[in-house]
Amino acid sequence: MKPILNSPDLPYCRGCGHSLIAKGTAKALEALGIQPADVIIVTDIGCHGIIDRCLNTHTVHGLHGRSVALGAGIAMGLDNPDKEVIVFIGDGGSTIGLQHILEAARLNLDMTVVVHNNMLYGMTGGQSSGLTPRDFKTVFPESGNPYESYDLCALLVSQGAARVSRIAGTGDLSSHLQEALSVRGFSLIEVVEVCPGYGVKFNPGRNLREIIATSGKPAGKWENQRESFVYPRGTKTEDLLGDLRFIDQTNDPVAPFSLALVLSGSAGEGVQVAARLLACAAVGAGYHVALKGNYPVTVGVGFSSAELVISDRPAGSHDTEIPGVVVVTSGDGLSHIRKRIAGMKKGMLFIDSSLPVPETGSDIYSHDFRSAGARSASLYALLVFLKTTGYIPVEAVFRAIRDQGYDKKVQTGRLRSLIGC
Amino acid sequence: MKKVLIDGSCIVTEAMARAGADAFIGYPITPANLLYQYAGRRFPLMIPAPDEITVVQWMSGLSACGRIPATATSFPGFALMLESINMAFMMELPMIIILVQRLGPATGTATCGAQGDITLLRGMISGGHQLPVLCPSGFTDCWKLGALSVSISAGLRSPVIFLTSKEMMMTVRSFDTDKLGILKPVKRVFYQGDDPYKSYQPAENGIPPFLPVTSSRWQVRLNASTHDNEGILQHSTPGALDNTRRLDQKAVSRLPEYTFFDLDEQDGACTIIMSYGITSAAAGEAVAAIRKRGIRVSLLVAKTLFPVPDKYYEILDRYERVVIAEENINAQYARILFGARLPERVIVAGSIGKMVRRDEIIKKVISPL
Repeated sequence: MKPILNSPDLPYCRGCGHSLIAKGTAKALEALGIQPADVIIVTDIGCHGIIDRCLNTHTVHGLHGRSVALGAGIAMGLDNPDKEVIVFIGDGGSTIGLQHILEAARLNLDMTVVVHNNMLYGMTGGQSSGLTPRDFKTVFPESGNPYESYDLCALLVSQGAARVSRIAGTGDLSSHLQEALSVRGFSLIEVVEVCPGYGVKFNPGRNLREIIATSGKPAGKWENQRESFVYPRGTKTEDLLGDLRFIDQTNDPVAPFSLALVLSGSAGEGVQVAARLLACAAVGAGYHVALKGNYPVTVGVGFSSAELVISDRPAGSHDTEIPGVVVVTSGDGLSHIRKRIAGMKKGMLFIDSSLPVPETGSDIYSHDFRSAGARSASLYALLVFLKTTGYIPVEAVFRAIRDQGYDKKVQTGRLRSLIGC
Repeated sequence: MKKVLIDGSCIVTEAMARAGADAFIGYPITPANLLYQYAGRRFPLMIPAPDEITVVQWMSGLSACGRIPATATSFPGFALMLESINMAFMMELPMIIILVQRLGPATGTATCGAQGDITLLRGMISGGHQLPVLCPSGFTDCWKLGALSVSISAGLRSPVIFLTSKEMMMTVRSFDTDKLGILKPVKRVFYQGDDPYKSYQPAENGIPPFLPVTSSRWQVRLNASTHDNEGILQHSTPGALDNTRRLDQKAVSRLPEYTFFDLDEQDGACTIIMSYGITSAAAGEAVAAIRKRGIRVSLLVAKTLFPVPDKYYEILDRYERVVIAEENINAQYARILFGARLPERVIVAGSIGKMVRRDEIIKKVISPL
């Protein structure tokens, strides 16, 4: 069996726990009988990340703090329990990428994360990190870290990680790593070390076990009994286009016209459905249509408007800035469209008779649209518009209601009665 | 004739899925939400991510496993993705990012369209390297370029940006689906050599063959830091810098294979209108209206925005005047084509907060005559 490490010489300072992790991981994998080609080791920026060249496994070297998310993507893509995804990350990376670790734990992805927690940023000069214990001295603050560190293990246990442990990074770590690697689901092992380059220098006389004991983040092991991430295999459609409802087109000759129409009403009053039905009716009558909705992000309150271009030619640029027809069914709708109505020098304004008629150069058609009920007012208003203008047969709208599956949602009988057909 | 009411999001999603994109990682953002919804119904694997950094990291992991992932976002999400897209570029991982432009800066107006991310896209990769950026001008382009973005991404071993905007993705139009041709999934051929695999050893075409990290035969090394052709981190060794130079040339050297544009030239025309994306419809209408007045004018609709094809200069250099129509107020593509100080012969029809109107383009063409 090919060894996991391709060299006994590792690129770390003398006394660095990173060497112990690399050797312990290799020993653990070999003890488990796992071939290097079945292992993907993901690293990122930090001293831990320079191990790649010493590995016979697949290696993926990514961005600072993102290795857990990158490894998570690999775990999702593999969907293979015979492959091992191992992520090496530092304490700095663990905090900038904390969301990624929480997410992997929440999903319980089948992967093992090894946190090289040397309690500071070693690659950039020894600054304190989110995992630096209170009072531990670093290049800044020299007097000792005034803040509590994150309890990474507690956070991850709370999010459902299958197994989490914290150990001191001394001696042979392989049995701990073997245990972590044997877990089906998300496993994280936080290996606490003292950086020989900066940690020892700034904290003379302190030893690792004493630091861990006084940190309030004790060594230990925590587990959740959970099923590992299950690859989502929901029912999918084979063809989005096949799910669309085709619109039967009449063979009647198409009268040439182009019209920009804005329907403006209130949220929850069927504005978008009414506009879509008019669009279907227009297509059924042989016209080209472009339709866009417009409403606040709070979709259940305020105005709701729909802008249509109906034309005998393909509706290219959807230019509704100066509409030819405006249909207003409520006060919300009027407030939204009032300025554009004022800018109309011609055209038609269909407006509910309960509303004040704004200044406009368009012809005004006032009608009690809301007599159809709030939810039907928009559709009724469009029917009135069609009956008045004759642009498209009213019957085409009723055909669209039926063909597009709205016949149970729309009070067809009442609308027919109101419109008189 | 199979007429339906449909939006561009539906067409793009279906096209990419048929072309072989097989995973979608989503984070909701207006105006890209329809793509998220359609992807949930269509893609074999669709997983919602907790943020846009995670989106591209997960996509990179999936891509490393041999999948072709896609996502859709708008500027605020795209900004978060930038470092990770740089990573995917450096690792040479296929993926498609659909960027649905909206009005900026910053959060801007989520429900207002725009074409304001052009300058960003040209400079998005540290070092000035380029990614393919494809931009559909209509629904048939959404179909063709949507599929091509998948095959180009796999073929180039590169992320591809599918650049569009709110109106293209959200406006519903009547459309004859018979106009959409048959699409076949991209056939990916992974490294099959007998020599140990080197992740960044280029083939004759300058592109390294791909091998997923699922390989049980050869070791695969992927690296976002400066690396040699084996994928081993280097400082600035000649081998590593050669690799970075190759990366710089990769998208550019293969550009003729993915240069897409529409050209409607009129004999004797002195002016050409150039546009792209959603504005090209108004540009086309302007050309028709101008010709009706007996004035000769040509039209170039760019669909490959980056790298900028030399072909565009060949075409534009034939004209005394160039009118560029784009939905921003700082002539973004025009300045990329012609420099910060636009020549007098280049005139821009721009707009924010609303689409560029046909008449505004006509005015730019006719008024100085």
